[in-house]
Amino acid sequence: MTARIGVVTFPGSLDDRDAQRAVRLAGAEPVALWHRDKDLHQVDAVVLPGGFSYGDYLRCGAISRFSPVMDTIIEQAKAGLPVLGICNGFQVLTESHLLPGAMLRNESLHFVCRDQKLRVENAATAWTTDYTVGQEISVPLKNGEGRFTADARTIDELEAEGRVAFRYLDVNPNGSINDIAGITNAAGNVVGLMPHPEHAVEPLVGTGRTDGLGFFTSILKQLVSS
Amino acid sequence: MARVVVDVMLKPEILDPQGQAVQRALPRLGFAGIADVRQGKRFELELEGPVDDAALARIREAAETFLANTVIEDFTVRVEEEK
Repeated sequence: MTARIGVVTFPGSLDDRDAQRAVRLAGAEPVALWHRDKDLHQVDAVVLPGGFSYGDYLRCGAISRFSPVMDTIIEQAKAGLPVLGICNGFQVLTESHLLPGAMLRNESLHFVCRDQKLRVENAATAWTTDYTVGQEISVPLKNGEGRFTADARTIDELEAEGRVAFRYLDVNPNGSINDIAGITNAAGNVVGLMPHPEHAVEPLVGTGRTDGLGFFTSILKQLVSS
Repeated sequence: MARVVVDVMLKPEILDPQGQAVQRALPRLGFAGIADVRQGKRFELELEGPVDDAALARIREAAETFLANTVIEDFTVRVEEEK
């Protein structure tokens, strides 16, 4: 039996199908989760996908965070359930306080869509063990509100504890502090990033590389061996 | 009906590129002498009942947990006097 990885669909989610596909290509079983359903259907891990949940009304992720499915995810993530938040999913994680900081409008005020080079900074989280520290990967990035920010003390803490998981290379597309592209919680089970690894899992599309697949193979290995 | 206004602003130390864009546009449109612009949000809450301490406490709680993200934003709560 392989691992079951849930992918939440909120109203306005865009990349839930791509995330399910990435889970399947990695060899795990994707399970569709619905925002109004508190039940996680015995999944072993959860992906919060990209998109514009609830139309980004109020703030990105602010309304999703109070959806019934998030009540259960927040509770179980605190108990160790692996959760990956991609783009809008990352915004939901910060709004849920599962990850520190917040996302602001890009410094340029433009929506940015590009192939983005990243450096892996932490290969010990539940979602990054198939990478190596210092590895450079390229995955698509597309966001309008991706400027990660936090107060100076939180940033110092993230840096000191190695909790910056990914950093932008060459170009910082949104003005995030310290070129931060993604972070992890202290336990390493919750990871959020703005770029989209689920769009880089097949050679035919996206960057033409499969640099994003490692997120999904990492978690699968972790779940199967535990 | 009583109205309570919640104003939400980015914290002073947070860069506000939208406000900057507005500020840069003003002189081009002939509005001189404006040194800085910060852009925020205003929520007008119409209460069903009276604006008492309990109601205001609940609104402060709503502002703190939902209307504002206190990681990046400050908020103020005030009662709008009836005209």
